[in-house]
Amino acid sequence: MNAAIPKIRIRGLAKSFGPKVVLQNLDLDVTSGESLVVIGGSGSGKSVLLKCILGLLEVDAGTVEVDGIDVTRLRGSQRDALLRKFGMLFQSAALFDSLAVWENVAFPLIQGRRMERRAARDVALAKLGAVGLGADVGALNPAELSGGMRKRVGLARAIACEPEIIFFDEPTTGLDPIMADVINDLILKCTREMGVTALSITHDMASARKIANRVAMLHDGRIIWHGPVATIDANGNAHVDQFIHGRAEGPIQMAVLHP
Amino acid sequence: MNPIAAIGRVFLFFLAATGRLALFAGSAVFHAVKPPIYPRLIGRQMVEIGYFSLPVVGLTAIFSGMVLALQSYTGFQRFEAESAIATVVVLSMTRELGPVLAGLMVAGRVGAAMAAEIGTMRVTEQIDALTTLSTNPFKYLVAPRLIAGTIMLPLLVMVADVIGVMGGYLVAVHKLDFGPIAYLENTWEHLETQDVVSGLVKAAAFGFLIALMGCYHGYHSRGGAQGVGNATTNAVVSASILILTSNYLITEAFFSR
Ligand SMILES: Nc1ncnc2c1ncn2[C@@H]1O[C@H](COP(=O)(O)OP(=O)(O)O)[C@@H](O)[C@H]1O
Ligand SMILES: [Mg+2]
Repeated sequence: MNAAIPKIRIRGLAKSFGPKVVLQNLDLDVTSGESLVVIGGSGSGKSVLLKCILGLLEVDAGTVEVDGIDVTRLRGSQRDALLRKFGMLFQSAALFDSLAVWENVAFPLIQGRRMERRAARDVALAKLGAVGLGADVGALNPAELSGGMRKRVGLARAIACEPEIIFFDEPTTGLDPIMADVINDLILKCTREMGVTALSITHDMASARKIANRVAMLHDGRIIWHGPVATIDANGNAHVDQFIHGRAEGPIQMAVLHP
Repeated sequence: MNPIAAIGRVFLFFLAATGRLALFAGSAVFHAVKPPIYPRLIGRQMVEIGYFSLPVVGLTAIFSGMVLALQSYTGFQRFEAESAIATVVVLSMTRELGPVLAGLMVAGRVGAAMAAEIGTMRVTEQIDALTTLSTNPFKYLVAPRLIAGTIMLPLLVMVADVIGVMGGYLVAVHKLDFGPIAYLENTWEHLETQDVVSGLVKAAAFGFLIALMGCYHGYHSRGGAQGVGNATTNAVVSASILILTSNYLITEAFFSR
């Protein structure tokens, strides 16, 4: 693969829902093998960005290139082939609650790769082991799991097919600080050991500092700043500064009525 | 506000909704006939729709058959035409009440459950997850339900027809003092293949519509628990309305032949 071509290159991406503009003229590059974290406030369109890249939402304008190929208009088997490169950990883990935990992890193997159930089960249990869950958990129902366990099962399912690119949608939101750090470690382990390209979105700065090589900030529908994680404290951008220090006062105005 | 503009808006909204539904149905049927199909999932839905609906449909059918016998006795006695009771019961059951009552009961039971299940999968991003795992939600969720609904409703209606006739028989023989042999002979005498077939065609159409409405409203639900609740209600209401309208259309199609 040509190193000059970014793994993902986004140009001029726009997405609105009716009159509500969520993304406009957004440019972003993700280099092969890096871990990019996109930060931004709640409702700023981070999840929408990921869903536009995956084609779960149709973009209004702009291009999304994966390995140099525009994917915004792909259909049918070409889209299937594209999606095989991706793994995604959803914000709420999105486990299938009609299936047991191990069947969830084995799902992409059985459905996508047509693997034997028995063989898929062995792989699934190995992946569950990789995220620190025993075989006994594999037999449970997703409804019986705690939030941290759900995220870990979601992670195991995302890496089951050994994708080239993994998306993490708020991997630590709603977890206690210790479990959040466990998830951060797992993400680091997965990305380093498997050499995958990772694109994470979060508003948890501790998590961003830990898992990122590079950070980009999404505000007002576009990327207003990006740079290596080491330079984030000297970013010279008032918006980023306000966000990483969590201040209510500053250029970013939340939609809150002051009494 | 301009009233004509308001009417126009409603009309356009109606057209858009019809178009969306037609596209959804077309895509669902396409995936139902194009391999791969999932026999496991179809089997599970068949059990869910057919087997678990047996008690409700059976109870509805037996009481309908019983009340039909009683009511038509009251009416026909005035013309001294009591022997027509058996015919009335069997024709009403096979042509009308079997399919329509079974359809409405299954719409309440199964259509609602489908909308709730698929709607919950939508709002918890499970449908997005299916797509990212290279599994088409139409193939995995919608097609098995459509296939199972279209196959199982006719089978349920066959059972309902038999139970309904049995209900009529019980009332006629044990309460109205008809001879058992004579009643059964009257039942068979005027029954034609077309009576049963038209009922089963209706049942297949109703089964398709129930599953389609359940899947459609679930698939397009949004906005958390309340959205799923609305989807459930809409699935049952729209399926019931479609059952009653298509019932007339199918009857007319058979009637004019
Ligand atoms: N399917 C949708 N239909 C309409 N509006 C949506 C949809 N998905 C997201 N939005 C809107 O887009 C905005 C951004 O949402 P999202 O990307 O989920 O935010 P976050 O940055 O917290 O992940 C929100 O205001 C949300 O209401
Ligand atoms: Mg989000």
